[in-house]
Amino acid sequence: MKRRMLYMVLALAMMLSLVLSGCGKKDTGPLTFVLVPKNLGNPYFDTANNGAQEAAKELGVTVTYQGSAAADATQQIQLINSLIAQKVSGMAISANDSDALVPTGKDAIKAGIPVVSFDSAIGKDGRVLHINQAVLHDIGAIQIKMASELAGADGGKIAILSATSTAPNQNAWIEVMKEELKKPEYAKLELVDVVYGDDDDTKSYNEAQALFKKYPDLEVIIAPTTVGIAASGRAVTDAGLIGKVFVTGLGTPNQMREYVKNGASPQFALWNPGDLGYLSIHVLNALATGQIKGVAGEKFTAGRLGEYTIQEDADLGVNVLLGLPFIYNGDNIDQFNW
Amino acid sequence: MTVPSSPDDETSSKSLINATAPPRPFLARFQRWEWMLVGLILVVVALNSALSPYFLNALNLSRTSSDFMEMGIMMLAMVFIIITGGIDLSVASNLGMCASFMGWLFMAGVNIWIAALAALALGTFAGFVNGTLVARMKLPPLVVTLGTYAFYRGVAYVLLGDQAARGYPEAFTYIGQGRLPGTLIPFSVALFGALAVLFGLVLHKTTLGRYLFAIGNNEDASVYSGVPVARIKIIIYTVSGFMAALAGLVLAARFGSTRPDIGNGLELSVITAAVLGGVDINGGAGTMGGAVLSLFLIGLLRFGMGLLNIQGQVQGVVIGLLLILSILLPNVARTFSGSGRKLHRQTVWGIIAFVVVFTAFVAFFFWSRAPLLIK
Repeated sequence: MKRRMLYMVLALAMMLSLVLSGCGKKDTGPLTFVLVPKNLGNPYFDTANNGAQEAAKELGVTVTYQGSAAADATQQIQLINSLIAQKVSGMAISANDSDALVPTGKDAIKAGIPVVSFDSAIGKDGRVLHINQAVLHDIGAIQIKMASELAGADGGKIAILSATSTAPNQNAWIEVMKEELKKPEYAKLELVDVVYGDDDDTKSYNEAQALFKKYPDLEVIIAPTTVGIAASGRAVTDAGLIGKVFVTGLGTPNQMREYVKNGASPQFALWNPGDLGYLSIHVLNALATGQIKGVAGEKFTAGRLGEYTIQEDADLGVNVLLGLPFIYNGDNIDQFNW
Repeated sequence: MTVPSSPDDETSSKSLINATAPPRPFLARFQRWEWMLVGLILVVVALNSALSPYFLNALNLSRTSSDFMEMGIMMLAMVFIIITGGIDLSVASNLGMCASFMGWLFMAGVNIWIAALAALALGTFAGFVNGTLVARMKLPPLVVTLGTYAFYRGVAYVLLGDQAARGYPEAFTYIGQGRLPGTLIPFSVALFGALAVLFGLVLHKTTLGRYLFAIGNNEDASVYSGVPVARIKIIIYTVSGFMAALAGLVLAARFGSTRPDIGNGLELSVITAAVLGGVDINGGAGTMGGAVLSLFLIGLLRFGMGLLNIQGQVQGVVIGLLLILSILLPNVARTFSGSGRKLHRQTVWGIIAFVVVFTAFVAFFFWSRAPLLIK
């Protein structure tokens, strides 16, 4: 009976060791950074990881990509605790819960491990700095710039298809757009209407069609919402208005690929998650090697993205701004899969 | 009625033994399954210490142990419920509701300790509702607690919406983040230890505990023998509600904040720990010692795999595999020992088919995800 038990324990031990030894190759490079997404299997973060690996190659450091199975704060904290225990050289985290991660982030910093957040910020005390993908003004301004390019030198009528009339971020962007339109270079653009599709695919589609009827000489629809821009692209395609009405705004490559290629939406904007991952690793490297301490005003260089200055504001605390939003168009859209 | 605790020979005439004759020497109550768990824990510790220099480090172990204490606190009451043949799926939602209620009160300007007491009262009441529906209305516990699982989580969202309650005072966050003065032992671990001893004594040394096993083995017989079945059921579901609220306080203190999705999905980990610890999911058998050991086994295993940079999904596969083996192995052992009933041919083919399908699945899993999972 005792012997049987011994066999059972041995059998289990063998299985476990198989599982463990198969997976447990730990890198022993000089600096090991970890990119922690909200969860695994998310193409957005997989793209960020591609950028992070590119930075790793340039800097000669190791970057591992580790996340929890679900986008859940409890699991993410468990993961971060095991990373602290391994004394990694730094982590870039997209937080599942900005508050719940603060105590763990503090622990890491106390253990001498630089922590930065990207994409979704950790509360100010739980990280050295946040890598901010975009600011309000730039997001509003770039959409007017794209619309102006699409309307051509002679300008024309443009309309905005937003999400809900109460969405604070949408309204803030629309305010910026209205301010931008007052600039002399946009004098020939005329904003004729702002309509709301409530981030509902069908309603957005119907609102876009109503715009075609109401303004037969409409030239551009700006949709600062991923639902609205895709629905507008489909509406233009279905109505046979390609080349006559152009759609632009904020969208994601996989959603918009079809409309970029058929000409309904030649260009749209959003930040590039690959650049976000790339910059995160450069920031971690600068922190870990002591080039910067994470104080506002310090400057550093992040490879192909150029020079950055650390800034500080009331909302985000100490942060680095990735830069202007990234414009996706026919030339580059096939490089992206998210 | 698969009983992981007694793989073979004379004691294996099933769980009735536990109900009718538990007065055995103390050590004998640690049947083979508990030793199996001890063995597994030793294997995990040995393997991990060999594979990672960071495993046997007091500070690291202290930090990681507080990661699964909320789970453990809820598991103690869950063991009671499962032993009676019931289940409480609402624990994690109840945790979320109570933590959110506390956060909501705190944000409204109520003193944190009063808010915490109110949350404990709410959780206890929520458990009482479960118990009343199960015992008095005679509804199946699975359905009742599935309903309150959705309901309690919904209340959490109604209270906090997409907001977070934050800014708890340090005296409160000590519950989840602090350590006992002068030691590395987290306060939450000490709290869990004390509660585990208490629950263990109730289960194995009192009449109430004896009744729990009796109800799990044969509820009708218990009723006719004068066991106050309904009252006992109400008591244990109410206790489970209280423990969920307590776990909510600990988790909110550890996070230093509350969002309505706090503790989402923990109920399944809680049930996994209890069943892996040898508590029979059909009721009637199990020990508190086994459940506590399996909690530490899961915690150490997860921590060890985390240190080796094994991704979350793979950790889930390993824990799931362990759970299935914990039910399968005693049966297989009984067959090989020859003293049990003979295996039918279908059963053998069934097991073989299962192993083949499972291996194929794991192979496919690694083949398709390996570049992403292991780096």
